[in-house]
Amino acid sequence: MTITPVALESRPEGVPDHSAAADFLATDLAAAVALSATASEADVDRALRAPRRSLADLGALLSPAAATRLEDMAALAHRASVRRFGRVVRLFAPLYLSNECVSTCTYCGFSSGNDIARRTLSPAEVAAEARTLRDRGFRHLLLVAGEHARIVSKDYLVECVAALAPEIPSISLETQVWDTGTYRRLVDAGCEGLVVYQEVYDRDTYARVHLKGKKRNYDWRLAAPDRAAEAGMRALSLGVLLGLEEGWRAEVVALAAHAQALLRRWWRCEVAVSLPRLRPAAGDFRPARAVTDREYVQILCALRLALPDVGITLSTREAPAFRDAAFKLGVTQMSAGSHTEPGGYADPGGAEPQFEVSDTRSPAEVASALRAAGYDPVWKDTIGARIADANETRLRP
Amino acid sequence: MHDPLVIAGREFGSRLFLGTGKFPSNAALEAAIVASGSEMVTVALRRVDPTAAGEGDILDAIDPARVLLLTNTSGADDAEEAVRLARLARSGGYPTWIKLEITPEPRYLLPDGVETLKAAEILCREGFTVLPYVNADPVLCKRLEEVGCATVMPLGSWIGSNQGLRTKAALEIIIEQSLVPVVVDAGIGAPSQAAEAMEMGAGAVLVNTAIGTAGDPAAMADAFRMAVVAGRQAFLAGLPAVGRAAEASSPLTGFLT
Repeated sequence: MTITPVALESRPEGVPDHSAAADFLATDLAAAVALSATASEADVDRALRAPRRSLADLGALLSPAAATRLEDMAALAHRASVRRFGRVVRLFAPLYLSNECVSTCTYCGFSSGNDIARRTLSPAEVAAEARTLRDRGFRHLLLVAGEHARIVSKDYLVECVAALAPEIPSISLETQVWDTGTYRRLVDAGCEGLVVYQEVYDRDTYARVHLKGKKRNYDWRLAAPDRAAEAGMRALSLGVLLGLEEGWRAEVVALAAHAQALLRRWWRCEVAVSLPRLRPAAGDFRPARAVTDREYVQILCALRLALPDVGITLSTREAPAFRDAAFKLGVTQMSAGSHTEPGGYADPGGAEPQFEVSDTRSPAEVASALRAAGYDPVWKDTIGARIADANETRLRP
Repeated sequence: MHDPLVIAGREFGSRLFLGTGKFPSNAALEAAIVASGSEMVTVALRRVDPTAAGEGDILDAIDPARVLLLTNTSGADDAEEAVRLARLARSGGYPTWIKLEITPEPRYLLPDGVETLKAAEILCREGFTVLPYVNADPVLCKRLEEVGCATVMPLGSWIGSNQGLRTKAALEIIIEQSLVPVVVDAGIGAPSQAAEAMEMGAGAVLVNTAIGTAGDPAAMADAFRMAVVAGRQAFLAGLPAVGRAAEASSPLTGFLT
């Protein structure tokens, strides 16, 4: 077998000027982070009453002092959420393309050192997975893959997106990060959203958990949403992996600051955040500090109150009972019936999952739980750039 | 009293238009449409999915015999996309009445006047009946009227904000100048605010969030129905002017001959 050399795109150190990443790095988070530890009851009260909340208010709402006001926060978050987004939750599914990975990330089941069954779906197999998900109701799919620029290449991803776009109205991507030109090709193929979690904003912890591979380059990853937005992606989703860093309050402040920077710089983009909690996975990583349910609810409420227009995603990493209660506090989008191994929907058993899901209910069961709670599960809320081109009669009543 | 609203030659018995987002279920939406008495209901084309299995599509809540389906282009962020969506609606067999909504900015969903005018020109030329959602900009409203729009739909305040008629001063000018019905759209958060718009002489109001997110959407729809009727009737009856100073009921200069 010959090894094909991989052409790496140039990845300069630092972040480009006039980017949200640069704006974020220039933002002074110290006051907000300090408040998240030491806010007084008066600070919390002020933050709760503020008509528009600052980053410092977010800090106060994340503080131990605010934990005693959780019910008040929940009531406000629920009300703000209903007004802004209505009693609706959008449902989506992750579609894993490949669990091949050359990076070593201590917390991830796909990490290169883990001895697991690996698999990469062919574009035809990807289409079969998408058809299965479509039959289950999904019109919003998130394509996920490990980091392997040769196997999960740009051309491969473009081919996968192009194969799905005539059938699937909304396609987003969560893979290794790419350059602007690649994002432009993906947008042209029909991809509308980028999901890129910084995982952890603290640089020391970032270096400690990302041991090998391109993902070690913090700044290159931080500026990925800027490159995607420049290339025309309409939806940007950020996240931190809760459990990696002991100081979760500072992580949430940083996440919010990054989201705000993106909203200012890329005013046409929809911005969403996600706060996955670490789940058991191959490699047996131990969280630095598990975030409790109570703390997690506080985070959800604080983010909803500080970022009233930003989407919040709640995944199947969370348990059914928790999801059924917590989604009302500001969640706009949920995954359902997820499989985190390539082929897991149409042809299961060939590969190992990225992590164990916690909510194993079917999409129909999750939808009916939402309905029972007085919410409308929304499967489709976009036309899709390639749908009309392929077959306009699809919309015929 | 027969006082129909006439848009593009079609009569409407109700001056309350309804949006269909944010409702907790199709059943709640259906009940609200009935209670509102509305004869014009707008649906985002992006939400429509006739291929959906099982629990049905948003259009199932709408009875085309009773209400006119006004598809909207929400989600479009420029003229090109809005025109594409309108053509898609037409090719899908939906009525050619289009609520033109171009909101490049997803936070406040504020309309882009430049792109809206561009799209309105194309769609009017192609025979669509165009009802554009716009900022409360009197000059833009006249420009839209000139290219053939059937109404103008200036915002009272930002979509979903429930802040009422924050643009009142500009709305007064738009209503005063307009040759087509003025539909106050967006921001109307309470029946009293809908009545206020009607008292000012608006042709109709469009309400969504305040009804869709109410504890009882159908009851709120009924409340809006009554408020719109009351506001319209007050406008027709001729509201007394609000005086700046006390007005004596007997003339003070009566002694002069």
